[in-house]
Amino acid sequence: MIDQFVIPLLKIVVVLNATLLGVTYMVLLERKVIAWAQSRLGPMRVGPYGILQPIADAVKLVIKEDITPVRADKWVFTAAPIISMVPALIVYAVIPFGPTIHLFGRPVSLYIADVNVGLLYIVSVASVGVYGIILAGYASNSKYPLLASLRASAQLISYEVAVTLTLVSVILMARSLSMVSIVNAQYNAGVWFAFVQPVAFVIFFIGGLAETNRAPFDLPEAEQELTGGFHTEYSGMRFALFFLAEYANMIVVSSVATTLFFGGWLRPFPNVAALHVLDVIPSWMWFLIKSFVFLYIFIWVRATLPRYRYDQLMRIGWKLLIPLAIANLVVTGIVKVLIA
Amino acid sequence: MGQAIAFYTLAAFILGFAVLVVSTKDTVHSVLFLVLDFLFVAALYVLLGAPFLAAIQVLVYAGGIVVLYLFVVMLVNLKRPPEAHQDPHRRTKLGFGLAVAVLLELGAIATYGMTRTGSPLVVPGTNGPLPGNTEQVGWLLYTSYLIPFEIASMLLLVAMIGAIVLAKREL
Amino acid sequence: METPAVHHGAMFDTNELVINMGPQHPSTHGVLRVVLRLDGEKVVDADVVIGYLHRGIEKLSENRNWTQIILLTDRMDYVAAATNNVGYCETVEKLMSIEVPRRARYVRTILCELQRIASHCLWVGTHAMDIGAMTVFLYAFRERELILDLFEEFCGARLTYNSMRIGGLPLDIPPGWDKKVLEFCMIMGSKVDEYEELLTHNRIWLERTKGIGIISGPDAVALGLSGPPLRGSGVPRDIRKDEPYAAYDEMAFDVPVGSAGDTYDRYLVRMEEFRQSLRIIRQATEGIPEGPIVGKVPRLIKPPAGETYHAIESPKGELGYFIVSDGKSTNPYRFRVRPPSFCNLQGLRALIRGHLVADVVALIGSLDVVLGEVDR
Repeated sequence: MIDQFVIPLLKIVVVLNATLLGVTYMVLLERKVIAWAQSRLGPMRVGPYGILQPIADAVKLVIKEDITPVRADKWVFTAAPIISMVPALIVYAVIPFGPTIHLFGRPVSLYIADVNVGLLYIVSVASVGVYGIILAGYASNSKYPLLASLRASAQLISYEVAVTLTLVSVILMARSLSMVSIVNAQYNAGVWFAFVQPVAFVIFFIGGLAETNRAPFDLPEAEQELTGGFHTEYSGMRFALFFLAEYANMIVVSSVATTLFFGGWLRPFPNVAALHVLDVIPSWMWFLIKSFVFLYIFIWVRATLPRYRYDQLMRIGWKLLIPLAIANLVVTGIVKVLIA
Repeated sequence: MGQAIAFYTLAAFILGFAVLVVSTKDTVHSVLFLVLDFLFVAALYVLLGAPFLAAIQVLVYAGGIVVLYLFVVMLVNLKRPPEAHQDPHRRTKLGFGLAVAVLLELGAIATYGMTRTGSPLVVPGTNGPLPGNTEQVGWLLYTSYLIPFEIASMLLLVAMIGAIVLAKREL
Repeated sequence: METPAVHHGAMFDTNELVINMGPQHPSTHGVLRVVLRLDGEKVVDADVVIGYLHRGIEKLSENRNWTQIILLTDRMDYVAAATNNVGYCETVEKLMSIEVPRRARYVRTILCELQRIASHCLWVGTHAMDIGAMTVFLYAFRERELILDLFEEFCGARLTYNSMRIGGLPLDIPPGWDKKVLEFCMIMGSKVDEYEELLTHNRIWLERTKGIGIISGPDAVALGLSGPPLRGSGVPRDIRKDEPYAAYDEMAFDVPVGSAGDTYDRYLVRMEEFRQSLRIIRQATEGIPEGPIVGKVPRLIKPPAGETYHAIESPKGELGYFIVSDGKSTNPYRFRVRPPSFCNLQGLRALIRGHLVADVVALIGSLDVVLGEVDR
């Protein structure tokens, strides 16, 4: 009874809350890091060094007036933020934060579920997330959001192809779709897949930037062109949901990149016994550290680079990343067959 | 017992959304109900112990194809007057004919399925059935159903080239 | 009856999308309104609508006395107010044939060039911001702040300076000010390199600006462009060189010109102007002569009847004043400004046609218009 219901439920509660807290603090981190990059201080007023800023933001967003435009498609307008938030959260079900550990004399796995189609589950859930953006643009019944949502959906669909193809090369290496097995495969191989599949990793990361609508691919919300993109007409908590979904997706991409390419919860050189000292840091901390590095790079890129234009973005996706991903997949397959 | 309840609940949702797809006036809403329908079908697959198919269902149908439907519906002006025809009941007759054909086909498949007893898939060279759902699908696709699989991929390729030719007049 | 040929758009209605960019839009730099007709994301045609910031400065000036007008000119190109002051005062001096002392002319040169740097800082920041590079914006504003501090020390104001008087300067430079200016030149030189490091060789920046909004030299002249947009197209026209005013005839500097006439060339021209301005400021600050700061100006400024046109090179291009005096009253009979932003903006429609929406904001940025000056 306890193993079947209570523990999974507890895990869901913990992961969901940790994620939402992580997302809100991600916003603060982004503001702080960008501020430091731009020789500013960032938020400083709420709490020491502004660490309570996310709470203040949340309170502000909740009590703000929630405006629905008169000409909007009301049901869809309300559903769109929810549709974009839910997939971003349920992806965490299959992300392994650590191996099975013993807690109070009871084995507890540090993941909610280890389904044997884990990776496919992530890809398919992420593909549903695009509806939030399309529908937001459509339901607003306004021109700028419509343009932005067209951009966004075209962008997401194109980059999904490249990203999914890189995942296939990883699956070939790990011989499994399960996230836990992929980490274990890296343990057995004695090397993180990023070093075996560097091309796949680079494509995955670029595609991840594009899929989360981050700079330099943040066209759907290009404030300077489309006055805020698909969420131009949104306000209050509904706007916040889009905002949070973007950050939740960033954390998802970082976690998936960590799991697939950087050994998940494994410490560096997991098979070298001489480095046992590193085990002082628990496995889930390693996972969080690695994910954090990716999140930091996300922010760093945003502070540094200008934005691509829509046609250039599509060109990179279709003419560069997808052929490269296919070539990488074919080469991986051939090498696998030759070695076997 | 629990399975039966889950199945009937899911089936009711699937049918309900299917009715809404065809009865809703707003085309975008109709497409949305289609997505919901597909998601519940995926849930049905999970119930049947086929998580791979469920994931593919969501990925391909809900996440891919319907997005394109939505594109077309959003971008194309569908508020044209319906075309007049001499026989206003023509569509209805056609619909009934098609419905009967589909029902017959389903019946035939059901009876055929009853007469055959399913056996666990055994891979030559190994003992015991294949471990996972994904592996089973993969194995079947590349052994028993290799030719249909290849034909299907050829068809998709042809369709893709055709679409490119249609869309881009000057190559 | 002829049946219409079945063409591509026969089945689906392909409408043009008309979107209204501005007057409230984050990247129209104020209250510019551009009505875009789009085919997908491509701009088929554009209508540029101006006039949302019209305050009637020209007409107001005809009812103010000659000294009061100086502070009205502040409000035109408010990011380079001192340049406007200098332009106006020199025009009146020309009308009255007043000899301006050399010291005043040197200080005017320094102020004009400081303003050019301040204005270009604002331009590089917002232009990069429009293209998505937001860090440059804050870096550029950080340095603009230093210039504002210098101006504050000189005349007490940070935006609308009212920093010039007919015949010379209102005040002498404060003690130690020239040292601070030289110090600023030291800092600024490396900062310009910093901006260039972030942008000039950045692949994305190149892709976004190269080949965008090309305008040839003759076309630019025909459209009446001036300043960096004209020089970016390879026309070496710079009033500081061609018809020197203030103390520019005593300064050594180069006029950078582009070759392709695209957004990137306009960017490079302005980046080089940063360096040339610093060069001028250094020469002028080191060579400030001693002497009076105001020439022989009568108590009551009442220019003789006549008319004159005088133009200076403002950061945005040719800033000209045309003034008619009837010789009787203490205010101008006719006051007319040739604002560079207004004339450069006329090129916008030609530039953006055929480009994508994202290029529109890049092109508005690359023309560097200030709406206060366009509408006056």
